[in-house]
Order: sequence, then C-alpha cells, then structure tokens
Amino acid sequence: MLDEYVSRKYRDDWRPPVDANLIKNKVAIVGIGQTKFTRDSQRDELEMAVESIKAAVDDAGLKMEDIDGMEMFTIDRLAMPMVISTLGMKNIRFTSEVSFGGGAACAVTMHAAAAVATGATNYVVCFRSLNEASGQRYGRGDSYADYMLKAVTPHYGYHWPFGFVTPLAWAGVWGKRWMHEFGITREQIGWWPVVLRENAQNNPNAIYHGRPITHQDYMESPMIVDPLKLHDCCVDTDGACAYIVTTVERARDLQQTPAVILAAAQSCPMEQEIQTIYSRPVISGLVETWYAGQELYRIAEVGPDDIDVAQLYDPYSIGGIIQLEELGFCERGESGRFIEGGDNIRVGGKIPVNTSGGLLSEAYIHGFNLVIEGVRQIRGTSTNQVDNVELSMVTAGPGVPSSGIILRKD
Amino acid sequence: MTVEYNAEQKIPYPALWHVLYRSSTPFWDGVKEDKLLLQKCKSCGSFLNPPRPMCPKCQSMEQEWVPATGKGKLYSWVTYQESPHPAFKAPYSAVLIELEEGVRIVSNMVKVKPEELQIGMPVQVTFEKVAEDLILPKFETMS
Repeated sequence: MLDEYVSRKYRDDWRPPVDANLIKNKVAIVGIGQTKFTRDSQRDELEMAVESIKAAVDDAGLKMEDIDGMEMFTIDRLAMPMVISTLGMKNIRFTSEVSFGGGAACAVTMHAAAAVATGATNYVVCFRSLNEASGQRYGRGDSYADYMLKAVTPHYGYHWPFGFVTPLAWAGVWGKRWMHEFGITREQIGWWPVVLRENAQNNPNAIYHGRPITHQDYMESPMIVDPLKLHDCCVDTDGACAYIVTTVERARDLQQTPAVILAAAQSCPMEQEIQTIYSRPVISGLVETWYAGQELYRIAEVGPDDIDVAQLYDPYSIGGIIQLEELGFCERGESGRFIEGGDNIRVGGKIPVNTSGGLLSEAYIHGFNLVIEGVRQIRGTSTNQVDNVELSMVTAGPGVPSSGIILRKD
Repeated sequence: MTVEYNAEQKIPYPALWHVLYRSSTPFWDGVKEDKLLLQKCKSCGSFLNPPRPMCPKCQSMEQEWVPATGKGKLYSWVTYQESPHPAFKAPYSAVLIELEEGVRIVSNMVKVKPEELQIGMPVQVTFEKVAEDLILPKFETMS
C-alpha cells in the first residue's frame, strides 16, 4: 500500500502516455473574476457567484452567451440551474461538479480543460461562492455535525463522540507527528504565516491588508488547537471567485494573455478519507500532494527547479509548509529549516509562495483565489509579481483527494 | 483528564449507524460489553480500519471480528483550547492510539492532563459510559 510514496519512486509504466494528453498545452485560462473578500458580506452566495462570473466573462472579453459550460464544487450550496438562469446563459451544453472540498480546487480546472479539449464545449466558467465567515463555518464542529455524520462520511462516527470534530484537530494530529519525527520547531512554522501576511500588505483585496504581523506576534498568538495557533489558521471569508477555460487557439483571439495549462492532475491515493487519514504507514506527510506533484511533473516534463512561483493550498500553515517537501522544493523533513527567516519563500527567493497572501492572509475561497493568483503571475499582474515567470504552479487541498495545475506563458 | 461532556447537549454520533454503516456495528456492539474488537479479513488476515465490507488488499468480502489486546502507544494528539462543539468542554485532548495490532484509533485519555501527554507513552483501553446510550473506548496510561 502506497509503495510509491513510501519509496519515493513514482512509476509511469501503467500511467497514460504523455503524448496522448489532450489538455497539455492545448487549453488556457482566459478570464478571471472575483468579488470583494469580506468577513461579513451581507449578501447571499448566489449574488456573489454571479458577480464574480460576470467579472470573469468581462475580463476575458467574452459575452454571456459565449459561455457554454459550467463547473463548480459538489459542496457548493448553490443549485447550478439557478446560477445559469440568473446570469441569462442561453447556451450551456456541459455542466459538472467536482467533489472532495478544497481538494477539488484544481480538479475543477482539469475537468473544464478536459471538456474543452475534447470539443464537448467551448468556454467553461468555473466558480466557487461561499459565506464561510458569516454563514456555515467548516471550522466549527457544531455547524457541521449533521452533514458530517451522514452516509457520505460515516467513519466520522469513530471520531466525533471523542470531540475530534474540526479540520484543525484532524490536521493537528499529523502535524504533531511531523514535528515529532523531523524535529520541526514552532519558530520555524511561524515564518510561513509571517511571509504570507507580508504578501497581503501589497494586495488591497486581501482580508489582512493593512494588518501586518511580526514573527513575535505569531509566537505570542493564542493556541487554538495545539499544535496550531491563531495565525496558523486560514481566514474564514465571504466571497466568490470565477475563471474561464477555453482552448489555446480561441484564447489567442481574446484580450488577455492566456495562462496555458501545461499540466493538470488529480490524485486519489489509497486509504483515503476526508481529512482523517491515520491508517497509512506514514501520516506525517501529505500523500495526495506528493502524488499530484509527481503526476504534474510527469505530464509537464519539468521538475521543481523549473517552477517560478507556487500557490500552495494552505488551510493551516503546516498544510502549506509540508507541501514544499512533497513537491520537491526542499528535501523531506527539511521544510522547517527551508522557511527559516522566510527568504526562500519570499518573492525573489528560491520558490515564492502564495503571493496574494494565500488562504491564511488573502482569503479562503476554497483555493479558487489561488488559481486566480496563479493566472495573474503568468499575466504579470500580481501585486507581488515574480520576475520573468514561465511556470506557475497551483495546488489544492491536502488530506482529501487532491489536484494541481502548472500554468505557463503562451 | 478525560473530556468533560456537557450533560445538556447531545454528543454527536450517528443515530442511524446500522443503516449508514453496517460494517461498524460489531465494533459498537463489542464496546457495549467492554470489548475492543477489530475487523480482520478472513482471507488474507489484514486488519481493516475503519471497518469496511471488502478487503482493499485481496477484495475478499469475508471478515471476522477479533478482540484487540487493548494495549498500545500514544501515536499523536491535539488539545482543544476552545470548545468546537457545545457537547464538549475545553480544554480537552483528542488522541490517536496505535494499538499493538498496528491499528490506529481516535480516542481520549482518562486521568491524564494534556501537558502530561507524550508520543510513545504506553496506554491501555478502558470503557467509559458517556451518555445513556453511548459507551466509548478510552485509554489510560499503562500501570
């Protein structure tokens, strides 16, 4: 079980040949849109969804009737027909929903790309809208008990009666193992939230714009669920993001610089649960991220050294930090040392990460804001722009079946 | 210290357990009799955790339930400083125990303060009635 992960040897003999991949270099993201990110929107999720979609359509220079496909999260609370009707889209011929919460953040891109690559549809809009701060909060157990104990995830019955009821705790268990096995210190972990908060200071759309923190602030912040402190946690957000996917051929006729999809991948390794995966031989790593990364590198035919900037899905600091190891930006167990002082992950460093502020300091739109920032880095329009970006990576939520994309310049 | 439950709040657990997740009912029936049972594949002998209707290694659908020794080690844990649900009073810890059989299960420690928890500490099972209709397997330090 998980032999490839444990031995760190990814085999390609049974995987689809790269030459046959219809997505690679043939599909692009051409329009991006978002609402304001707030902590109390005073709006419903439909209103935010259609605003972000309209913004993405306008950004691409398309008309609403051009959009003929729609893609969203299974766990989005909106009914898709309502979104389509509200927007007045007349030509929808392809719809799809992707499961696994934040793990689907880039799977949505992949599914949309597969649909346009096969000619099933021309322009697919992907969106996510949520009142995570003012509405139902995933980080609060009482908000989710009924949902989580339903048939879809019945194994939670083995966890909930013990008060083991929130994502922070589920992650804290493997986080503590990781700290224990590799001697990772609290001081080292603190650099991730500090650098992301710095990035947010240049991004006027970030929730924590105008509210910098120092490393000392991090160290003094309260513990929420040991081993995770307040500043280790993502910022629950109200807001929506959308983007549009089409073929590279069509993209070249549109007004924006296309962000071409060099590779898109999903990963669903063995012994998968929804965030509580403790039966694996190793729980101190992010197995899904490793598999997604290996598949991305295999398809793209590049390695970690070729990636210029990365948006790594970080619902909590450790979820981002360990990805540095699993994606090969540093050695296994070395990520604590790698981020010390922050320079390696700042703009200008070895691998600049989460340049909009990430889920910790920009917004938690379930990873959609990371995809949009990945596109901006290709366009050259990020508020923390990395010089001469050729390849821009985005990953999705760990601890669930996950996904990732590598974007490149046309 | 175990979890202190708020008596006025219902502890969240699946009421329709036997309908939603039949594979797990022998485990909970065992707990009612102070037994910690583990599901095992009859064909290849692998432990199946969490319980399930098919062995992922050999695809056999024949299982048996065998008693665990109840002994193990603390594999990892977390401590809630704020309560995430009204049924539980913070602070409290949730722990991951690695049983001697190699199976890992989530539980709570009894009579141990969060600051006394140490990865690798030997533990053994004990059973706690936490509500009229719910007994849970918990763990104490091995004497």
